[in-house]
Amino acid sequence: MSSQPHDIKVALVGSPNCGKSSLFNSLTGSRQKVANYPGVTVERRSGKYTTAAGQTITLIDLPGIYSLKDRTLDERVSRQVITGTHQSESQPDLLLCVADSTNLRVHLRLVLELKHLGLPIILALNMHDMAQRDDIEIDLDILSRELGIPVVTTIAVRQGSLDNLKRQLSDRVTHLPPKQKREQAPTTRELQILARNIVQKALLSEGTHHKITRQLDKILLHPLLGLIIFFITLFGMFQLVYFWSEAPMTLIEDGFAVLQRGLATILPDNWFRSLINDGIIAGVGSVLVFLPQIIILFTFILILEATGYMARAAFIMDRLMAMVGLNGRAFIPLMSSFACAIPGIMATRTIEHHRDRLTTIMIAPLMTCSARIPVYALLIGAVVPNHPIIYGLFGLQGMVLFGLYLVGILSALIVALVLRMTLTRGTAQPFLMELPKYQLPVLRHILINLWERVRAFLRRAGTIILYSAIALWALAQYPKKPIGGLEPDIFYSYAGIMGRALHHIFAPLGFNWEMSIALIPGMAAREVAIGALGTVYALQGSEGHVEQSLRAVIQSSWPLPTALAFLAWYIFAPQCLATLATVRRETNSWAWTAFMTGYLFALAYLAALAVNWTAIALLG
Amino acid sequence: MMTEKYLSDLNKGDVAQILGFAAERCQNADFARDLEERLLEIGFEEGLDVKILHEGPVSRDPIAIRIGQMTVALRRREAAAVRIGPAKPHDGKV
Repeated sequence: MSSQPHDIKVALVGSPNCGKSSLFNSLTGSRQKVANYPGVTVERRSGKYTTAAGQTITLIDLPGIYSLKDRTLDERVSRQVITGTHQSESQPDLLLCVADSTNLRVHLRLVLELKHLGLPIILALNMHDMAQRDDIEIDLDILSRELGIPVVTTIAVRQGSLDNLKRQLSDRVTHLPPKQKREQAPTTRELQILARNIVQKALLSEGTHHKITRQLDKILLHPLLGLIIFFITLFGMFQLVYFWSEAPMTLIEDGFAVLQRGLATILPDNWFRSLINDGIIAGVGSVLVFLPQIIILFTFILILEATGYMARAAFIMDRLMAMVGLNGRAFIPLMSSFACAIPGIMATRTIEHHRDRLTTIMIAPLMTCSARIPVYALLIGAVVPNHPIIYGLFGLQGMVLFGLYLVGILSALIVALVLRMTLTRGTAQPFLMELPKYQLPVLRHILINLWERVRAFLRRAGTIILYSAIALWALAQYPKKPIGGLEPDIFYSYAGIMGRALHHIFAPLGFNWEMSIALIPGMAAREVAIGALGTVYALQGSEGHVEQSLRAVIQSSWPLPTALAFLAWYIFAPQCLATLATVRRETNSWAWTAFMTGYLFALAYLAALAVNWTAIALLG
Repeated sequence: MMTEKYLSDLNKGDVAQILGFAAERCQNADFARDLEERLLEIGFEEGLDVKILHEGPVSRDPIAIRIGQMTVALRRREAAAVRIGPAKPHDGKV
């Protein structure tokens, strides 16, 4: 490949927790792009940086590695890129090796290993402020001489501390040293001894263990107190996810309603207006309304990550998650899925091991997300009497709702256990993780990352939602009602025809044809099924009015076993195309997406069938 | 000869010195093969002192230990592969 001065590529390399991504954010700012490496779920973060000499270089932030061995997909991508064997990413011209100043002994070993590749290297001793606070003193000259590479100190979160690094970068890039021949690297043990010898020479003062971290951990990892704080944090997080999202969600709903009304006055009443209003705005709106929840949840997750608490949460929950073959890191993504499976599935990126991550993604949709609540609320309100039970402490309706959540959780645990013994079987992964020092999150970095996540959701899931909204609209609109037809319009449409055909399959569950039809537009998002039922039953009026009428219809025309079976169906059924699109994106595999869709529908069917038959048998 | 002691035998607050590794103690061979390398890579090293800082809330597992300047979390299952002896008498970090 030609290496013209303007496309010099610099890769940031380092062990996890060295502050590499922070440094990357500080250097590139908003001039960065996040994509996936082809064929794998590993994120490719790249950005532009212009040196003092005016040269633009491409920076890539490689996944953290401890060595050049492939254990996880992340590590494999890093190793391939660094050694120049990656299929699509050319070998970088320069390595910017980032090391934690407070943990030189461990991080130097990687630097020494990388040196054998023959690429020019700059070493950035990051978190220099922390090292100073902990009385760690490093002689940069000795270190640089011993390693034979330039060494600078950095504090990733402080622009002013990056001057030396920027000067070095500019220097190196303009006078790029030629690439040397790659040498065979010594064994880990030999590298360790080399690193220790260098540290002994360059480390003037060893310092102390980070004091704030030590003291915070005494509280946050306390067997009882830590557990209580963990659950309070989670509880608070969810309260705020619902509390803060309420107003913006209403705003979005109202905004779309205003838009629809406005369009209704300027557009003639024809197919086009219906496509825009009933198809695109209604369909996309039903998913976009969850955006506030997704944003708030992501913000919390990113803050937990940035402060270092996420690793503690994994520590606290590890033992429990191990019982079903998962590790502690799966807990937060699964909890997030109670609000919405989409951020939950995207948050599984913190799970290093591929198989563990896949298992977590597969069970995330079983956590009862907030889109199910309207469906549950409607049905429970219609068919479950609100008897006080257990000496009047609880209402029966609340208990049923709780039961639905519980069934979801238990099924998720069972599915995880089964998957770990079958499809995602493999050697247990060691749980071996550095607990990073606590740090204050940097608002700018949180915002950059948040924007990346939201954009990914809007772009990838958004396009699929748009297409599916149009497709579902067309299915529900055409063909039109024949003259003299007695049923509502949707009955005669393709959705109606499909729904009535599906009715043969759904009949054993006790579902009537109206329900079968409603499930088709209901694929857009779970709560859309309510609106669709309203359409099928030709109910008129405002949203609240439709729900009331619907409740009456359910009470009068659905047998109790049918309503209960419908509830059971909704515990499992993957009635959310946005989630399926996210799974496709995150697993990068149609096969896994199809598997998830298949197994969830199968469970939904079996559960509804079992509930229907049991209820009929019991109620006679 | 004294019986061997392992990191997994220690309780909260205990201090010890790493003597070596015995990954073969793990029942699963695949698991064991890579374990020693991983322990080395994350920062375990013969001669270093370790201190058990925290224990998980359930079954006192996993454990968080201090090695040098860092805190590392691991399950007792993995800790069983780290052979330990009495800590150096004076304060000998790193």
